[in-house]
Amino acid sequence: MIAGFLRTLGAMAIDGVWRLGVVARFFGLLLRYSGQSFLRLHLTIREIYFGGVLSFLIIAVSGLFVGMVLGLQGYETLQRFGSGDALGVLVALSLVRELGPVVAGLLFASRAGSAITAEIGLMKTTEQLKAMDMMAVNPIARVVAPRFWGGVISMPLLAAIFSMMGVLGGWLIGVVLIGVDGGAFWSQMQSAVDFRHDVLNGVIKSVVFGVAVSLIAVFEGYDCTPTAEGVSRAITRTVVSSALTILALDFILTSFMFRGMS
Amino acid sequence: MSRTVLDLWVGVFVLVGIGALFFLALRVGNLAGVDLSETYTVRAQFDNIGGLKVRAPVKSAGVVVGRVDSISFDTNSYRAEVSMSIASRYEFPRDTIGLILTSGLLGEQYIGLDPGGDFDMLQGGDRLQITQSAVVLENLIGQFLFDRSGTPAD
Repeated sequence: MIAGFLRTLGAMAIDGVWRLGVVARFFGLLLRYSGQSFLRLHLTIREIYFGGVLSFLIIAVSGLFVGMVLGLQGYETLQRFGSGDALGVLVALSLVRELGPVVAGLLFASRAGSAITAEIGLMKTTEQLKAMDMMAVNPIARVVAPRFWGGVISMPLLAAIFSMMGVLGGWLIGVVLIGVDGGAFWSQMQSAVDFRHDVLNGVIKSVVFGVAVSLIAVFEGYDCTPTAEGVSRAITRTVVSSALTILALDFILTSFMFRGMS
Repeated sequence: MSRTVLDLWVGVFVLVGIGALFFLALRVGNLAGVDLSETYTVRAQFDNIGGLKVRAPVKSAGVVVGRVDSISFDTNSYRAEVSMSIASRYEFPRDTIGLILTSGLLGEQYIGLDPGGDFDMLQGGDRLQITQSAVVLENLIGQFLFDRSGTPAD
């Protein structure tokens, strides 16, 4: 009974480590063949279109609404302490440091990551990847690397757009609707938000999330069981593990970046 | 979709993304504010720095001229040692007074520089000779109560 439990636990641990090793080797191969795929840059540009440009609307609208909610909720709370003017600081810091990269990452994983997994998984199921291999076309250079780099390039841009729309949403609610002084809103924001410490760290976060989400998406697609059920499971795994990875990485990055902050 | 249309949209997207980054840097952040690329360091000792934090602004006449770099405790004099970097284009006389002030009633604390009349200017690594500590609210209230108890009741 206990031996059986321990055996299951051991098998799970070995499986996990083994899978992590496969991901690492896959990542190594991907980086190795990236140069080859950059020679045909339009493949990557095409993926930026499907991953980034088509995610623009959902990111921009979500950013606007998150900023508007922050404006309403933040004002409610700040006003109790008589510091409604600090609304800009609250909105900008929470967006630039945390919500921008994290929420944009989650949206990107479910909007673009799942699509990448489905596409690569279906290519594998219909043996297109094998056919490419037969024709001496490297599927990692031709299919995987452009999608990966497309995601890595799109993600920081989407996070920046999300933060910008959020700040504008907060401004719309705070200044235009509620009537916080516009000058205080922007000037307090500018004096409290540091470029290197807040904005740049947020960008670094979004780049890391972009690498993580894109890698998970292409790997799950490439690794899926080549059946209809296998593809659907791979897509589910992409969304779930992307979300968990983003949240875990966010905690780790935050504890390094903002530790001991005043 | 044809290649040129696709390229166009990706170009627009990248431009909007970079524009958003610039917006965050210039409008939300304070990159366009005081230029702290070239600075010189000035040190000062205070009896009590109150709630002063690293990266707090250094202001003169209300204008941000620098930032606080580090705060430490000097075991020889038992005072707080504050090091601040000031933008090179702002020069101050040697006998400038450093004060710890509070923006608003309960706002953040910053260092105010009150320029003196010396003809020599502060150089990098110099020390402010005259400083004034932060006003600690508890001491102020204590003093006020002490004064009140001294006055005879009407």
